Amino acid sequence: MNFEHTEDRRMLADSLDRFIAEQYTFDERDRIARTREGYSRTHWSQLAEIGALGALFPEEVGGFGGAGFDVAVVFESLGKGLVVEPFLGALLVGRAIAHAGSDAQKARIAGLVDGSTLAALAHEEPGSHYEPTLVRTRAERTGDGWLLQGAKAVVQQGEQAGLLLVSARTSGADGDAQGVSLFLVPGDAVGVAWRGYPKIDGGRAAELRLEGVRVDASALLGTQGEGAAVLEHATGWGLLALAAESLGAMEVTKRETLEYLRTRRQFGVPIGSFQALQHRMADLLLEVEQARSAVINAAAAVDADDRMVREKALSAAKYSVGRIGTRVAEEAIQLHGGIGMTWELPLSHYAKRLVMIDHQLGDEDHHLARYVALSQEATA
Amino acid sequence: MDLQFTQEEQAFRAEVLQFLRDKLPEHLSRKVKGGLRLTREDMQQWHAILNERGWLANHWPRQHGGPGWGAAQKFIFENECALAGAPRIVPFGVNMLGPVLIKYGSEAQKNYWLPRILNGDDWWCQGYSEPGSGSDLASVKTTAVLDGDHYVVNGQKTWTTLGQHANMIFCLVRTNRDAKAQSGISFLLVDMNAPGVEVRPIITLDGEHEVNEVFFTDVRVPVQNLVGEQDKGWTYAKFLLTYERTNIAGVGFSVAALEKLKRIARKVQRNGRPLAEDPMFATRLAKVEIDLENMKTTNLRVIAAVAGGGVPGAESSMLKIRGTEIRQEISSLARRAMGPYAQPFIEEALHESFNDEAVGPEEAAPLASQYFNNRKLSIFGGSNEIQKNIISKMILGL
Repeated sequence: MNFEHTEDRRMLADSLDRFIAEQYTFDERDRIARTREGYSRTHWSQLAEIGALGALFPEEVGGFGGAGFDVAVVFESLGKGLVVEPFLGALLVGRAIAHAGSDAQKARIAGLVDGSTLAALAHEEPGSHYEPTLVRTRAERTGDGWLLQGAKAVVQQGEQAGLLLVSARTSGADGDAQGVSLFLVPGDAVGVAWRGYPKIDGGRAAELRLEGVRVDASALLGTQGEGAAVLEHATGWGLLALAAESLGAMEVTKRETLEYLRTRRQFGVPIGSFQALQHRMADLLLEVEQARSAVINAAAAVDADDRMVREKALSAAKYSVGRIGTRVAEEAIQLHGGIGMTWELPLSHYAKRLVMIDHQLGDEDHHLARYVALSQEATA
Repeated sequence: MDLQFTQEEQAFRAEVLQFLRDKLPEHLSRKVKGGLRLTREDMQQWHAILNERGWLANHWPRQHGGPGWGAAQKFIFENECALAGAPRIVPFGVNMLGPVLIKYGSEAQKNYWLPRILNGDDWWCQGYSEPGSGSDLASVKTTAVLDGDHYVVNGQKTWTTLGQHANMIFCLVRTNRDAKAQSGISFLLVDMNAPGVEVRPIITLDGEHEVNEVFFTDVRVPVQNLVGEQDKGWTYAKFLLTYERTNIAGVGFSVAALEKLKRIARKVQRNGRPLAEDPMFATRLAKVEIDLENMKTTNLRVIAAVAGGGVPGAESSMLKIRGTEIRQEISSLARRAMGPYAQPFIEEALHESFNDEAVGPEEAAPLASQYFNNRKLSIFGGSNEIQKNIISKMILGL
């Protein structure tokens, strides 16, 4: 039993934390999060140089990490710094390609590792409400290529992405796992129409319309009609990443709130001397430690061959950080009082991010229901 | 035991409904129901409409222009207004300062300020909280020093709601440094346009400008703007805080918000059926609906207890705590119901002038920001922790 990270991972985390503390300060983050681009090209390339992107992928596809704990370490640091750079897109698209791609497609991961390619997963659709197989976008054969038609919802950093991974139905009915296919689509392909907007927790996302987008046969990722399993694989890495990011944000939120309880004085004493508040803070500590364990469980299981083991741990982690992250956010604002409501205080932005993580790749209800379904499937 | 309103009260309710049908402008209720941001003019318009009917200052006695309603009538009125999507009455002049002046003001002050409140000549804001005194209101540091026939005011107030629109502020100021915390405070009416008053916006986490900081540097305030006696302001301050709390539970707001939430939940699909039929979401919805049904009756019980006159005491702390928790839970469910579409934040979509296509469900635009904004409910007006202290002390005797 050993809960220490390896030397390499500690060094990566240290250099990431240092970079964020020095270059990605809260003021800088607040500025970047509100720009028209929603990320910073300069900071993004510097983060790539540190190796934060390479750590997300295994050596055989050009990375230098790629294990569950590598991904967890990186995203925990990103969460601590409230980083809005498009890491999640790189991870989701890169892991899908690494899992199912041809050699030519895998060669594109190099661009993800060095940060020159921004990638986005365009999978969820208006009305799909986290259901991974509710794909209504259609792909029809045309000549030796495909014609894509449909709409995608809340594509993270979509407008900036040069490489899109688009899910589309090639057969079957809405909601069938069978018949979902995946396509690698250039962000500037003819027929790709964006409507971008800021997100409430900073950074940007966009609605995507695919208006007769033509791609050639080499755009198909993996086997036609078998995309759902690839998506589950890639999404699993995304769930781990979001859970770790949430943990990082919770740690900072807890630390800042504790500091406030120690220093804020009312009625002549620090408010941390009130037992009612001490117990609430103790509860937060307990919850955050439970979330940390959930992330460790997920990081250990994300590579497991046994689907039940793997997916249950991932849904358990996302459910846990969804529930706990929201609680931590709400309690932290409440314990700060009025000042916790202000834009000026970084804490309010951590709170927004914590709550919004629950709106990405399935919320706590979705993952609790999925956990129940997986358990029933296992005992059936 | 009879949970029904009396025939008289039912007739009154019908009268209120008729008034709302006739007089509540559609463009106002549309904005309120859609969660759009209200302008100063919107709030003034509703203020004037209510005043014309004589229903604006519904907590004031008849002789000063109030309608002479009892607790049940006020409750009915406030509920129906919330359900109809009426803008809330900006409370600082009408509901807060008005009753203080009526009880403690001089004849000259009543004659001058009360009609101006009704007519909308003055927009009042509240100068209670300071950066160092949130829950500990008596630790006021802003000072007022007598200099001839003026007080000279120095200090800072914060969380001043809608202060950017106000031309007058009622302030708690320290006039006696030697006295212990709660004595030595005075209640002063300050002209916001006087030299030395500066208002700076505080932007909240949802990007909204609703609250402000107000700075006072050598602001000269005529002595006739002192309410009551010097150094006795704490009594008036407390009276203001506990005075009118029939609406503190915000039951009307919750009922309106729950109706909207149910409408959304019937429309939004999850797993091929409406969210309202999703077992998890339906459970959450049922829980908050039950809480709200209970709260309605708790609220009415408190109102019935004070119907003979007087004001609710520590019981209003119960209403405040549970009432705000229910409102927060409803807005949390509305955010949850949006799924991925809770993330977009298109600020222009919160204004009437926006005529672009909605992103996601048509109700989506304000819901996540409302959820974050509603975190304030359990903080302001005496945080819920302070309310629990009051219950512990006043009801439980601990």
